[in-house]
Amino acid sequence: MKHLLLTGCLLLALVTTLPAASAGSVVSEQAAPSATPASEEPGGNRQVLLARLTRASLRESAEVLDQLERSGGRAMRGLFAAMLAGDLYYHRETGRLMAVQKNPAGERIGSDIFTGEGLGVQSRGSIKKVRVNNRLRSHLRDAIARIDLMHGTEAQKEGAVLAILDDLSPQNMRLLQVTADAGQSDRVSELIELARAMVELRDSSVTDARLSAIAVMSGRLEAPVRNQLQRLLDDERESDRKIRIAAQQSLEEIEGRIAFYDFMEQLFFGLSLGSVLLLAAIGLAITFGVMGVINMAHGEMIMLGAYTTYVVQQLMPGAIEYSLVVAVPAAFLVSGSVGVLIERGVIRHLQGRPLETLLATFGISLILQQAVRTIFSPLNMPVVTPGWMSGVFAINPVFSVTFNRLYILLFALAVFALLLVTLKKTSLGLNVRAVSQNRDMAKAMGVRTEMVDAMTFGLGSGIAGVAGVALSQLTNVGPNLGQSYIIDSFMVVVFGGVGNLLGTLVGGFSLGVTNKFLEPATGAVLANIIVLVCLILFIQKRPKGLFPQRGRAAE
Amino acid sequence: MNVKKFVAGMALAAGTSVLSAAVMAADTIKVGVLHSLSGTMAISETTLKDTVLMMVDEQNRKGGLLGKKLEAVVVDPASDWPLFAEKTRELLTKEKVDVIFGCWTSVSRKSVLPVIEELNGLMFYPVQYEGEESSKNVFYTGASPNQQAIPAVDYLMNDLEVERWVLAGTDYVYPRTTNKILEAYLEAKGVDKKDIMVNYTPFGHSDWQSIVADIKKFGGAGKKTAVVSTINGDANVPFYKELANQGVSAEDIPVVAFSVGEEELSGIDTRPLVGHLAAWNYFQGVDSEANERFIQEWKKFTGDEKRVTNDPMEATYIGFNMWAKAVEKAETTDVDAVEQAMIGIEFPNLSGGVAKMNKNHHLSKPVFIGEIQDDGQFEVVWETDGLVAGDAWSDFLPGSKDLIADWTAPIKCGNYNTKAKACGGQGQ
Amino acid sequence: MTTVEHNRSLFGNLAGALAQLRAPGEGSSLLVAILLGVTLLMSAANLLLPAESPLYVSTYTITLMGKYLCFAMLAMAVDIVWGYCGILSLGHGAFFALGGYGMGMYLMRQIGDRGVYGNPDLPDFMVFLNWQELPWYWQGMDQFWFALLMALLVPGLLAFVFGWLAFRSRVTGVYLSIMTQALTYALMLAFFRNEMGFGGNNGLTDFKDMLGFDLQADGTRVALLMATALLLALTFVASRAIVQSRLGRVVVAIRDAEPRARFLGYRTEGYKVWLFVYSALVAAVAGMLYVPQVGIINPGEFSPLNSIEVVVWVAVGGRGTLYGAIVGALLVNYAKTRFTAVMPDGWLFALGTLFVVVTVLLPKGLAGLLQRGRTTDAETRGENNTGEVSAGDAPAEPITGEARA
Repeated sequence: MKHLLLTGCLLLALVTTLPAASAGSVVSEQAAPSATPASEEPGGNRQVLLARLTRASLRESAEVLDQLERSGGRAMRGLFAAMLAGDLYYHRETGRLMAVQKNPAGERIGSDIFTGEGLGVQSRGSIKKVRVNNRLRSHLRDAIARIDLMHGTEAQKEGAVLAILDDLSPQNMRLLQVTADAGQSDRVSELIELARAMVELRDSSVTDARLSAIAVMSGRLEAPVRNQLQRLLDDERESDRKIRIAAQQSLEEIEGRIAFYDFMEQLFFGLSLGSVLLLAAIGLAITFGVMGVINMAHGEMIMLGAYTTYVVQQLMPGAIEYSLVVAVPAAFLVSGSVGVLIERGVIRHLQGRPLETLLATFGISLILQQAVRTIFSPLNMPVVTPGWMSGVFAINPVFSVTFNRLYILLFALAVFALLLVTLKKTSLGLNVRAVSQNRDMAKAMGVRTEMVDAMTFGLGSGIAGVAGVALSQLTNVGPNLGQSYIIDSFMVVVFGGVGNLLGTLVGGFSLGVTNKFLEPATGAVLANIIVLVCLILFIQKRPKGLFPQRGRAAE
Repeated sequence: MNVKKFVAGMALAAGTSVLSAAVMAADTIKVGVLHSLSGTMAISETTLKDTVLMMVDEQNRKGGLLGKKLEAVVVDPASDWPLFAEKTRELLTKEKVDVIFGCWTSVSRKSVLPVIEELNGLMFYPVQYEGEESSKNVFYTGASPNQQAIPAVDYLMNDLEVERWVLAGTDYVYPRTTNKILEAYLEAKGVDKKDIMVNYTPFGHSDWQSIVADIKKFGGAGKKTAVVSTINGDANVPFYKELANQGVSAEDIPVVAFSVGEEELSGIDTRPLVGHLAAWNYFQGVDSEANERFIQEWKKFTGDEKRVTNDPMEATYIGFNMWAKAVEKAETTDVDAVEQAMIGIEFPNLSGGVAKMNKNHHLSKPVFIGEIQDDGQFEVVWETDGLVAGDAWSDFLPGSKDLIADWTAPIKCGNYNTKAKACGGQGQ
Repeated sequence: MTTVEHNRSLFGNLAGALAQLRAPGEGSSLLVAILLGVTLLMSAANLLLPAESPLYVSTYTITLMGKYLCFAMLAMAVDIVWGYCGILSLGHGAFFALGGYGMGMYLMRQIGDRGVYGNPDLPDFMVFLNWQELPWYWQGMDQFWFALLMALLVPGLLAFVFGWLAFRSRVTGVYLSIMTQALTYALMLAFFRNEMGFGGNNGLTDFKDMLGFDLQADGTRVALLMATALLLALTFVASRAIVQSRLGRVVVAIRDAEPRARFLGYRTEGYKVWLFVYSALVAAVAGMLYVPQVGIINPGEFSPLNSIEVVVWVAVGGRGTLYGAIVGALLVNYAKTRFTAVMPDGWLFALGTLFVVVTVLLPKGLAGLLQRGRTTDAETRGENNTGEVSAGDAPAEPITGEARA
């Protein structure tokens, strides 16, 4: 077993380098058409520089890179990009530089930096990585930005100008001038205009010119604009009242807009936290809410789902992008069947003793935790985030939404909707509702209550497993995963009203949003405590939660 | 009938302890291992238990100590702090161990301290900690704040020209103290209070959205910003995941961590984290012969090619070997004799230099700054010129700046006040 | 029933309970005798015998025993509300820990200037976090009587406020359980905060002496063990008297059918609140005795999982019997001590299996096994089948044989 896992780990480690690899190859493709230097006479000077790059200390490298940029310009982009990504290696004997990526089989494949020509499999010992650190990485990023400004795509150019806003040196302004002269799209020209205005405000001494510069800058959300205005106001040497007033107004306007987006951001954070709570609680809403089983092992069902994700990724190292799609049904099946087993083996014998199910399931949760510790080791397991789930969706410079949170929010709603449909529209749902409302009557009507119990518990556990897949993208996959969510889950279900799915939805989101709006004022811990105390007081007011169950089942 | 059951239970409890107490110590030197094997801390401490077992094995292969074999006694304090005190008492009075290697968290050490002092035991504590302590019965082989936090800040300030600081930590004593020290240090270096943001989160905090967004905003003020992270254990993974997702790269806002080592990284996909930093006294990636050998032995001992080594393991390694050397020097395992023999002992550390045990029971060690690589290892980007001596008492806290620890004659005291020239803190 | 009448009846019941105290039942006196006897023997063996003697009881065993007895007292506190009144509290650890913190604060103040910084007023953790002066809630805690009073008053008051709010609004069953859990969870988070001034995660530790006696001396330890045994015996007798009094019978009636009891004119919430407060006080006493014996108190004691574990001890021993809770606590903790030493890697399997097996096969715990001989099986079985799937109700249970006797 251990061996299998090891191989799995190995595969995983290889796979993790995959997306980076593909990104790298895109870059070299772009660089390739421009890589005329390879066909030209590769200046001897450049060869010397390239050779120096392999030997230079981290400190010297920066200078070498500058010289390379000056000598090669555009042709160097591939080199810089590979170095930035940490893919740049050189051959120990020949000193030849190459971009090296691992293929799914774990072999190191080299390719020429300039032509992209394949250099075949490289043995581990024969190549050595060109060292790079943070300072060099930011250096490289700037160099790439400068190259992109001239030759990049629209988006690259935009990014490059944005990067320059932070550093409005005369040299960079000249670069912008050249770019602007070449004729650009509206967005890029607008940004260049902004950069000019910022320089104007900084350097000019003509009040009117500076005022019109402030006019250009007002309403812009880019951080450098804000910082410059703030600096201007903080600077006591700035004595021109008109400028001060204009800058003040402009800054206030910007801050007004930012306040709005801050609000939106907090709302999103709250909804996102709410969706996590909802996902964690939704399975419990079935096992606890509908069946009345106080399922302390619910957290461990989530944990099993997360571990399933890990195993699935181990099994399909070549297709991490699709792993989550496979993991969702797999986790449902794994956690669901464990749930059915628990129901058949233990819960069934505790019919009508809900408080005692707490004790038995507590024992089960201890066993499951220790089992995971024994099988997978007590260490956390690395679960990879697929490319499509990472990154941000930037609406403007101050408000952006991370993809993983967005997807998880949507996913939580989808799971909820699916569950609602299952309970309302399918025969299983009908049976579940019948049994939970009046067991004896349902039995008398020919419903196989035992079967329905097992199915219900399996459904709740399975959904917990599905939640585990989502949570594996946000937090640790380790033996303690379940414990950190179990208390919150119970809070959500009880707050919403036991036995009411809609209550769980509203409960999850309102707890999440409240928490996030409190957090900036009170800090994370106090926010949590306040929410708990409010919850305790709320239950005094409404002893059956937000949406109490009505009718016979209530008593 | 119930009565019988009850008596039986009581008798069983009393009986077993009587029996085990009666077992005479055999002719071995007993080494107690007090690391949690279950509960929340098992994730970190299990490794150290294995390290001690490996060291004991190795010493026995070399013929043991003083002509006797070593025998490891392993117990599980289960991440339960009162249980640490109980198990210490068990090890010292029932098992009669000669030395204990153990503890990870500060609270477990604090829990053990009164017991080990009462029974005059000997313990080696291998984890970086907040300092402000020096016991006659404990040797601290992990880093104190001046061996980790201050060099890291120096590096950020001088090499990366950082001007704005986020001190983010889990709300417990190590981050609190470290951040207090760092705040005082930064202010002494002329950093404006406005340029320092301090943030505390609970244990196991998992929702980092707002905090990372705040850090981004704080870092967007036009000055180079860095995060000094004393975030503990489980909270790190979601923190780093959120950093990666919100697109905070190491070039923009580097994060330097004091509790994230190779083992913690083995549970994360480190690709988006490349370039973030950690400060330790040891990295697996350090190039030295001794380290190469140690890594090979560790992999052989665990039978796992993927197992990584980390700083607390090196601290355990140094502590164990120093203890063995001190026992040979003192020619006895008697605690008082070994304690005196320990001071001044030198032993080669795994990074190529020599570690030295000082009068204050802390080590002199080199400090490294490493950048996270995509394979979960660190690449050393900076190291101190020489060794840094561990301070038991910080020079940057008002309560302890006059205190020193010196366990040699004539002072022989863990909290000697240099101003009042008296032992016992502020002096009477 | 008017409030006055209600109060009178309550006091009447209390008086009845006190009367019972003088004539404790046969079974309970036996248990008390064993408890005190064993403790006495162990103490004597520790103090009088030389360490080489085969009958010598080590100080380690003494402190271990002391800890077990504190847990037994806590388990009994849970049994009083759960076993007799159907209030499943998943937050009794909170009262236990609050009592412990009260005692811890006293012990902390006793350190005086013997702390590492030698500050005569401030505990060490406050010195190195730059606190300038003692917070107001630490004032007076250097007086034993005051600390004792606070250690009882605070958890008692908390239990009263919580109980009064919850029972008056008829929060029952699962809702109540989860609320008690939220309570202890919130307290845990609060005590973890260093700003609270209770030492954060490290809690309070490094105690030196108590009432002038050195805490590390064998004599003090033995005295603490004896005190614990004595107080356990006392609270046991008192609790037994309460549950056997008229008040106890009303409480059982509330457990079995609260609306019916209410319709009969009983102010059920009043009974529940007082029983809850009493139980919280017993838990607090246990916590106060626990701290000097284990030498540390930290927010981990508030952890909801700890409280659940206590409930499990009671279930293992058999609830609604009081002695069952004591036996369960001793047995499970003894097992834990042994398992963590014998099979450090797999002891959770054993513990988990124990919980599952006991709940499924021994619904009445070990005490149930004993009673099976006394009461007829039919009675037990018959009751168990009437339960419906309703999350709110405590399981219906007959009054135990013990209680009837």
